[in-house]
Amino acid sequence: MGDVTNQGLQQGAFDLTQFYAVFFEEAGENLANMEALLLDIDVAEPGDEELNAVFRVAHSIKGGAATFGFSDVTVLTHELETLLDRLRRHELTLDSVMVDVLLEAGDVVRAQLARHQGSTDVVPETGELIGRIKLLATGAKLAPAARAAGAVPAAAAAPAEPALPPGTRRLHVRVGPLEDASVADNLAELFRDIPSLGTIAATDTGVLDAEGFRRFLVTTTSPDSELVELFSFHVAREQILIEPQPAAAAAAPAAPEEDASFGLFTDTAAPPAAPSAPAAVATAAPAAEAPAAAAPAAARAAEPRARSEKAAANLDSNTLRVSVERVDQLINLVGELVITQAMLTQQVKDLDPAQFRALLGGVTDLERNTRHLQEAVMSIRMIPMSFVFNRFPRMIRDLAAKLDKKIELKMVGEATELDKGLIEKIVDPLTHLVRNSADHGLETTDKRLAAGKPETGTITLAASHQGGSILIEVRDDGQGLRRDRILSKARERGLPVRDDMSDAEVWALIWEAGFSTADKVSDVSGRGVGMDVVRRNIAALGGTVELESTEGQGTRVSVRLPLTLAIMDGMSIGIGDETYILPLASVIESFQVEEGMIQTVGSSGRVVKVRDEYMPVVALADEFRVPRLAPPDGAAAVPEILVIVEADGKRLAAIVDELLGQHQVVVKNLESNYRRVRDISGATILGDGRVALIIDVSSLVKRARH
Amino acid sequence: MHSILAVDDSASMRQMVAFTLKGAGYNVIEAADGQEALDKARGETVDLVLTDQNMPRMDGITLVQNLRTLATYASTPILILTTESSDEMKAKGRAAGATGWLVKPFDPGKLLDVVRKVIR
Repeated sequence: MGDVTNQGLQQGAFDLTQFYAVFFEEAGENLANMEALLLDIDVAEPGDEELNAVFRVAHSIKGGAATFGFSDVTVLTHELETLLDRLRRHELTLDSVMVDVLLEAGDVVRAQLARHQGSTDVVPETGELIGRIKLLATGAKLAPAARAAGAVPAAAAAPAEPALPPGTRRLHVRVGPLEDASVADNLAELFRDIPSLGTIAATDTGVLDAEGFRRFLVTTTSPDSELVELFSFHVAREQILIEPQPAAAAAAPAAPEEDASFGLFTDTAAPPAAPSAPAAVATAAPAAEAPAAAAPAAARAAEPRARSEKAAANLDSNTLRVSVERVDQLINLVGELVITQAMLTQQVKDLDPAQFRALLGGVTDLERNTRHLQEAVMSIRMIPMSFVFNRFPRMIRDLAAKLDKKIELKMVGEATELDKGLIEKIVDPLTHLVRNSADHGLETTDKRLAAGKPETGTITLAASHQGGSILIEVRDDGQGLRRDRILSKARERGLPVRDDMSDAEVWALIWEAGFSTADKVSDVSGRGVGMDVVRRNIAALGGTVELESTEGQGTRVSVRLPLTLAIMDGMSIGIGDETYILPLASVIESFQVEEGMIQTVGSSGRVVKVRDEYMPVVALADEFRVPRLAPPDGAAAVPEILVIVEADGKRLAAIVDELLGQHQVVVKNLESNYRRVRDISGATILGDGRVALIIDVSSLVKRARH
Repeated sequence: MHSILAVDDSASMRQMVAFTLKGAGYNVIEAADGQEALDKARGETVDLVLTDQNMPRMDGITLVQNLRTLATYASTPILILTTESSDEMKAKGRAAGATGWLVKPFDPGKLLDVVRKVIR
């Protein structure tokens, strides 16, 4: 392996950067796959398939990183590969500390790749981690406590290959012939006892080879004489053979040219014969495949590997990678098509059905096909919730360890699909909710047992489609919210609360800015910062969030989101001569205004009392400065209509002239096409080709209520 | 035009190899693992097989062993790509009937040099 630096970049004629994107994506999938495998693995009895699959992840990333010149990734994945190779050969046994280290290493590789992708400047610190991986690869067992920095012997934390500090040499040490292979293990003990000596790693499988020799790779600053001196405690001097590790290029046994990077098995080139010849062992790298393992490896290779096959199949053949821009372009074009179709439908609706039967039939077909096309195109952007859910098993595992709680995570409906844009934005709010459940919701093991509950707390993540929206629930079977505590906190903060408030009203308080009932500040969910942010983020996506809680039994947070941001169910309303769109989800009810219904309150404006609730009245014609149509001479003024709309749990009554109907509208971004307009969230094009503005109800409500 | 069967489970490596070889005028057939390569090899003959070692389903050495049992592949040059230039790996490759090896990482120029050496 010697030379794992960026030799891939030395050829100026080839531009390797064109393959970077594929490599990053592939490496990302590999890492996710590795994490899933590790989280799933049976530590006591890991399957060969799993171990092989995890090994291949490290191997594959290393190969790509080396080829494309990401040497830091190569160095770390090389160490991982070494460790995993020994694991899959059953030379080492897996334990949970090892799984932790492997998971951590996966995170670091991810961070390294992120840096190469330019998404961060942070250079991940790897020296200490590599030290631990190396130590594990020697067969040493780390205590869980040893995970912390400083508990690792200095010897193991030697700088990563290939860069050796000045004065450091890498030596091949052959010991033998021996009667008993374990005698040589004493040498490894020496290095453990004398950290300043350097490091030692067996390059064989721990058994004697045919001549009774064992082989090691030693990295040290000590002279040969000193090593022989030390080694002779355990084995006879004449049984010790030390030779420097030559540069990889120097000694390829069968290569006709002086180049070790490739070779042909020509029969003229003499195969390495004498075991004592330096060349015979010179190129043996640490963790090289050992002959003894050849047969089992081949046998295992034939075993079915459902999981890795699936991963490989995911990577290509059945899928096509297309940039999001192209998909969005497609969605935009279909949006235009829908508008054109709507215009045609409008144009022909007054034609005589008998005379234009064929044309009308065609327009009906067009409408149906357009709708199907739109649905099909929208579905391209749909990705399963597992994209978000998959990060939680790992997070829960880490949180459980940090909080010293036993937590089981159940996931339901991972296959439920949601628009890619929404999926990305829902990650943070959901993460926050899950953390909250783990930290504040679930009790400690002692408390749970005392309360007669199973000691393992359960957090359930569930996703399901409900009509045109998706419902995502975060449930826990923890202690639930405490009404009295929320009320007293609310009083402390000067919020207007009463003891006879309904539970729902009390729970609603926790969505207020900066509200926290946490007993203590923890580094897991911080100081309650965020429930208001969670609510705001979800509202920004056109969604809602609700909370239910039963003391002692648990809490359920329900997040409801539209399936996509690109189309929306709207109610078109007439104001003067213009048409506006209200998001249907925000419309509660509507009725005609009767005399005396609207009351003027002081100077602050008008209110209306609907079902015992007073709410502000806003005349949209005034708000948007639309000229009112003068009633025709002699006719009575057209009665106004009140539409009750709700956002963020608050309502207002909007005065409109006309309700025109409900239909799906294709949402166009106003900011990118024009500029931001107050109280307007977007625009759409109507069947007759006119533009209608979509009202931002939440902004309207917020301003009206202040 | 010479055909080359390129076998690697990593899509990025496969792309890089295919791009390089196609650019040099070779016809490239890709396979994502040994099994897929063997299936494709049964369908057509090629002038060179370039295979990675560590792959799901079937590794490189096993692929070489299987290819050598096919009459049409008895003398086709086969190069194994390995990450370690270890003797054991080479011995296994040789025993399986491979023609030679190429150490990863390699740059595109090196790949072409080696390919030109083995394809006549």
